[in-house]
Amino acid sequence: MTIETAPKQSWWNRIAHPGQFVAMTQRLLWPLTIITALLFVVGLWFAFFNSPEDYQMGDTVRIMYVHVPSAWLSQFVYAVMAVSALGTLVWRHPMADVSMKAAAPLGATFTVLALFTGSLWGRPTWGTFWEWDGRMTSTLVLLFIYLGIIALWRAFDDQLRAARVIAVFTLVGAVNIPIIKFSVDWWSTLHQPASVFRADGPTMPGSILTPLFVMFFAFTFLFLTLHLKAMHTEVRRRKLMALERQAVQAGVSA
Amino acid sequence: MIDLGPHAIFIVSAYLGVAAAIAGLIAYTLGDARRTARRLAALEAQGIRRRSAGAKS
Repeated sequence: MTIETAPKQSWWNRIAHPGQFVAMTQRLLWPLTIITALLFVVGLWFAFFNSPEDYQMGDTVRIMYVHVPSAWLSQFVYAVMAVSALGTLVWRHPMADVSMKAAAPLGATFTVLALFTGSLWGRPTWGTFWEWDGRMTSTLVLLFIYLGIIALWRAFDDQLRAARVIAVFTLVGAVNIPIIKFSVDWWSTLHQPASVFRADGPTMPGSILTPLFVMFFAFTFLFLTLHLKAMHTEVRRRKLMALERQAVQAGVSA
Repeated sequence: MIDLGPHAIFIVSAYLGVAAAIAGLIAYTLGDARRTARRLAALEAQGIRRRSAGAKS
């Protein structure tokens, strides 16, 4: 079979090659960065200069514009890791474990931010920084799962072996995501029930929904940008580790 | 700047905390990328290449 007669590789197969993945996605970084920056500028302008106080919460509603996107990303990033874990276990896709590893510190940070901004919202609204209720406790458990996954990645020298162990751990931990989502319905809690993503539509006025959605997209694009950059770095780190092993072997045999 | 009312300290703290964390995340991601690229370039400068690239170390 010559190169002319060889079947053209599918997109899926081409991105399975780490070098090709980096080459194909490198050009996305600047557009993603610019979109993220613009969304943050517009979102912050809405949040501070073009949105009203809430009739009950007053100005503390502005905390929601950073709390809700952080909380959304804490779960979305985990969902990305769970899908990547399936990619590792089912399809053995080489970029799946790269994606899984690159996402973990980002997810952990967004979870910390969700807990931090939530407690700052809770103090003036509910009178307490923290309550051991279903939503807050399950989000804290999510943070511990992220930290466990980060620790596991560092515990293994063989990253391919680590990927399989961590993929199983990630899929087991995914059971916590629906628990976080439905905790406000299952248990008595201070946290209000879902008010944006509901079957009967959001319960908020457009003047509050607009800054919320702009910030939601700003945070999401920030994650996409940083995740892509971290994946490129991870591909280079694996090449670096392979070269270092090769250098050591060459040194030993010389 | 708008008047953030009696709970301004909570609102400002939340935004400052988020800004610091995002700045830290960006710095960590870029720093890690630069460190890794520098180490890789140093190894390649010594003539160490992947065996699949056909070069000898």
